[in-house]
Amino acid sequence: MTATVAGEASTTARPGATAVLEVRDLAVVLGGRPVLDDVRLQVAEGELVGLVGPNGAGKTTLLRAVLGLVPSSGRIAVAGQDVRPGRGRSRSAPVTRSIGYVPQRHEFAWDFPVTVEEAVLTGRVTRIGWLRGARTEDYRAVRRALDRVEMTHLRRRPVGELSGGQRQRVLVARALALNPRILLLDEPFTGLDVPTQEHLTELFRELADEERAVVMTNHDLVGAVHACDRLCLLNRTVVASGTPAELAGPEPWMRAFGVSAGSPLLTAISQVALGRSADTTDRGVRS
Amino acid sequence: MISPVDFVQDLLNPDLAFLPKALLMAVLSSVVCGVVGTHVVLRGMAFIGDAVAHAVFPGLAIAFVLQGSLVLGGAIAGITTALLVALFAQNRRLREDSVIGVFFVAAFALGIVIISTAPGYAGSLQDFLFGSIVGIPDENVLTAVVVGLVLMAVLFAFHKELVAVSLDRETARALGLPVLRLDLLLYVVVASAIVISVQTIGNVLVLALLVTPAAAARLLTDRLGPMMLLGPTIGGGSALVGLYLSWSLDLPVGGTIVLVATAVFLLAWLFAPRHGVLTRALTP
Repeated sequence: MTATVAGEASTTARPGATAVLEVRDLAVVLGGRPVLDDVRLQVAEGELVGLVGPNGAGKTTLLRAVLGLVPSSGRIAVAGQDVRPGRGRSRSAPVTRSIGYVPQRHEFAWDFPVTVEEAVLTGRVTRIGWLRGARTEDYRAVRRALDRVEMTHLRRRPVGELSGGQRQRVLVARALALNPRILLLDEPFTGLDVPTQEHLTELFRELADEERAVVMTNHDLVGAVHACDRLCLLNRTVVASGTPAELAGPEPWMRAFGVSAGSPLLTAISQVALGRSADTTDRGVRS
Repeated sequence: MISPVDFVQDLLNPDLAFLPKALLMAVLSSVVCGVVGTHVVLRGMAFIGDAVAHAVFPGLAIAFVLQGSLVLGGAIAGITTALLVALFAQNRRLREDSVIGVFFVAAFALGIVIISTAPGYAGSLQDFLFGSIVGIPDENVLTAVVVGLVLMAVLFAFHKELVAVSLDRETARALGLPVLRLDLLLYVVVASAIVISVQTIGNVLVLALLVTPAAAARLLTDRLGPMMLLGPTIGGGSALVGLYLSWSLDLPVGGTIVLVATAVFLLAWLFAPRHGVLTRALTP
């Protein structure tokens, strides 16, 4: 599998916008097995980027590398500051605070007896600092984050009583409590029904529009093509990257997912991609 | 069966000086374990608690044979095992429960072999395993009080970090919390709580102090704060009632306390306001 990138222009963020996340020559080896190799990715303010790829393609690993949770080589910079992973040291506070991480929902102990508000406050645990209690500014940040995801009315509810979509919003609010420059969302739509997915997509869109970068891994390819500004097709390396319109053709998808040209999935993807872009003339990729 | 009034009189009787001491130890252990147990129950680490409880045994045995401090011996053995489990559990190839299974049975076996070398070991073995209310030295009571207070202070000081890790380890790590060190801290706290409780309650039953009151409290509330108050209240109350029943009916103290706590747990399971089995069946 060679790492061909679909044109340099499409791997970089749109011109004029500040790059919030910059990944270059990233390689991750886990248990002697190369998981990621030669990954290059730039995400700018205001962008909603979808990270798609087959199972085991390294989507979650890429997020974890950016968070410094797995050892990696190469360069990762968040808001212009280097993340130095793999040394077993905690990263500098400013880097930690400019990333908001939203893990998969099953990572969170939903049976724990805390309220929505208390769960969101844990997002500020390192900001508050050791041997200190939360201050007014912390409660204010929690309130803002809850307002932002429209969960304020449920703030006193135990987290165990929330629906899947509400739980996802709590995790987003917890990440927003630090007012980060970039949000990393791991499979936010898994196990949610379509209307909930649509509401969340709207929320992520708005969050990106507020001078934030939003990166999410996504299993649902058609949904990702529909929702994201830019897609990054990952399979151990970046197979292709670009706007949905640029990726309307079947070729990059066939390479990333190993599907045949006749796959109905490709038809669906190209239809959604072309439908999103009014300027793009029909390229006739329907097979 | 003696009346509660007689029980109070016995407590004040200078000839029975061991009795108020035993009561203090039992209530103190149960209260400390009730608070520590909240973390144990919420993290689902009851099995680790069991491991540490058993692992304390060889330390007690060595201290007994060498005529050293039981608390110190137990603490060294319990904390060592807790640290070993925490470190080995980082290795993903072996599941944590297997690691625990290996260590705690080995530690317990070691304790039995060591204590069998001491003359007249049968009686002391029974005390270790099932607890005893007589023969607790004053300095042990003092140690237990000090250790108990330190444990409460530690849990209070690191409360928000421990909760953040329990809620979501991955995100806690991403936020820059030292997750492994916080795990070790919690394990050491669990081991210490067990060590100060072993003498009254007994090695086999101490796990119940850690799990049962906290589990009952979890059934009664959906809030962490109330749970951390209810757990020690149930534990302390069970210790008081258990000791009274044990004294007046001449029953083994550890077993009686645990059975009282279990009765509270069953009542909570049936009648808890929101999660009780009967409550749910009866509410339309």
